[in-house]
Amino acid sequence: MSLISLKSAVAGYGGPPVLNGIDIAIDQNDIGVVVGPNGAGKSTALKAIFGLIRVSAGSVSFDGTDITNRPAHELVAMGLSFVPQNQNVFGSLTVHENLEMGAFSRTDDFSESIASVYEIFPPLIERKRQKTTELSGGLRQMVAIGRGLMSKPRLILLDEPSAGLSPRYTAEILERIIEISANGVAVLMVEQNARQALEIATKGFVLANGKNLFTGTGRELIEDPEVARSFLGGWNPT
Amino acid sequence: MNEAIFFFNNAIVSGLVIGSVYALGAIGVSLIFGILRFAHFAHGDMMTMGAFATFIVSLLISGLGLSTSVPIAYFALPIAVALTAAAALSFDKMFYAPLRNRGAKPVTLLVASIGVTMIIQGLIRLFFGTGSHTFYEETSKTIFQIRLPIEGVRRAITFTEPQVVIVVLTILVVVALRLFLTRSRFGKAMRAASDNSDLAEASGINIKQVVRITWMIAGGLACLAGTMLALDVTLKPDLAFNIVLPIFAAAIVGGLGHPYGAIIGGYLIGFAESLAVFNWGIFLRPYRDQLPDWVPANISIVPTEYKLTVAFVILIVALLVRPTGILRGSTT
Repeated sequence: MSLISLKSAVAGYGGPPVLNGIDIAIDQNDIGVVVGPNGAGKSTALKAIFGLIRVSAGSVSFDGTDITNRPAHELVAMGLSFVPQNQNVFGSLTVHENLEMGAFSRTDDFSESIASVYEIFPPLIERKRQKTTELSGGLRQMVAIGRGLMSKPRLILLDEPSAGLSPRYTAEILERIIEISANGVAVLMVEQNARQALEIATKGFVLANGKNLFTGTGRELIEDPEVARSFLGGWNPT
Repeated sequence: MNEAIFFFNNAIVSGLVIGSVYALGAIGVSLIFGILRFAHFAHGDMMTMGAFATFIVSLLISGLGLSTSVPIAYFALPIAVALTAAAALSFDKMFYAPLRNRGAKPVTLLVASIGVTMIIQGLIRLFFGTGSHTFYEETSKTIFQIRLPIEGVRRAITFTEPQVVIVVLTILVVVALRLFLTRSRFGKAMRAASDNSDLAEASGINIKQVVRITWMIAGGLACLAGTMLALDVTLKPDLAFNIVLPIFAAAIVGGLGHPYGAIIGGYLIGFAESLAVFNWGIFLRPYRDQLPDWVPANISIVPTEYKLTVAFVILIVALLVRPTGILRGSTT
């Protein structure tokens, strides 16, 4: 049984559905990467899992429990976490307060989690009293992912964690994502930097027009000539 | 020296008092805007309602046969604050929450709050009539006079007990609010929700709970401000409806969604009003014999009956020069 599974999900924003029966499933030790062209429904799939948009058909289940259309704050308490692509930090709060907000659902002592976030993202320590609006895009992304880790999730959903970042920061963030996965948190992310992200993926999903096109391990997808030609900008075996 | 004391008694004291009332009201308006994104037009009437709640509780307490040397209103206030907070919550549940659940736009909520204004005003007039009431039926207002030990000074520095209470209470509220917003879990959650409510929800913050706390704080502060205003002047059904515009001006000038900005805005407008209507001719009085005849005895920037324009002028200037407010609030 998968940790999270989205089964033949249909969902949208009120108009025609953006997802037309999508299947995504990953296990606890997976890094799942969703790629595909613009408008394929990648981000929508994450939002459907996290209850941010209505799933009109199909189902979402987390660790065997049906969580279709549950409100987000309940999902956080169950062990899911979501890092949106845009506006993913509280600008008027300090770095430290952002992390504290991530732990809002917890009633236990979360100082250990804060320490481990600072361990994963050392540049944040010296900026802990700074407001996040004063930080660069890369540091802000670290705060955003750090906030997502504060609820001690079993699964973290990342919507384009490398969007707008320089190649150096992109590589850095992907490194950190491997570390997060190694710490026992399942990762499901959507990425534009498809090739780089599939390199670290244990499961990859190629979506187009709201449907699954290809599914396989990251390596299989990179090496699949058709995927490479259509979505990775030319076949380029390494 | 006598003129300086006159200036203190009439301009500074009244600026402090009305500024405190504006600040307490504007904090509520600002918090509600920060979380719910609409201008709560009924806030003034919530203040009036709070003052009447204090009045009823005072009557009940004195009906029990208790009598005190200070106005019973001070004892009734905590109960009235709780009642008004509860009323604010139920207004939200009855009128605003159903609209929000249907995805109503902020302007719809604004119009709904105009409706709530009418409901509150109607209910108050229904039960208490249109006349004015006083908290000082049995006791009288204590007046403090401080005489400076300087030769030739005839005037005393004068202020009343409710004026002291209101300023002290406002300072306490500001300190408490600051501690709440920066130290407590829910205070931080309120700031987070005001900053980015989607992300707050994704962080596991229950937005509905934040909304409830916001209404309770705004309602409680409205009761405090309304009661203080009623103690300083008199209790009447249009007590705070008349000052809802300066209160909005204070919240906007300070930066909507920014409670500290609201405090600054409140005092700014309070002092601007009291300085604008102050008769500066007082300072010329000792030299009246030397002055030419055409100098009028009464020199004030605006006549008292046009006091309301001061807030508008400040608002217009603020919107032109710094539309997001002194502390850069939200503009959406």
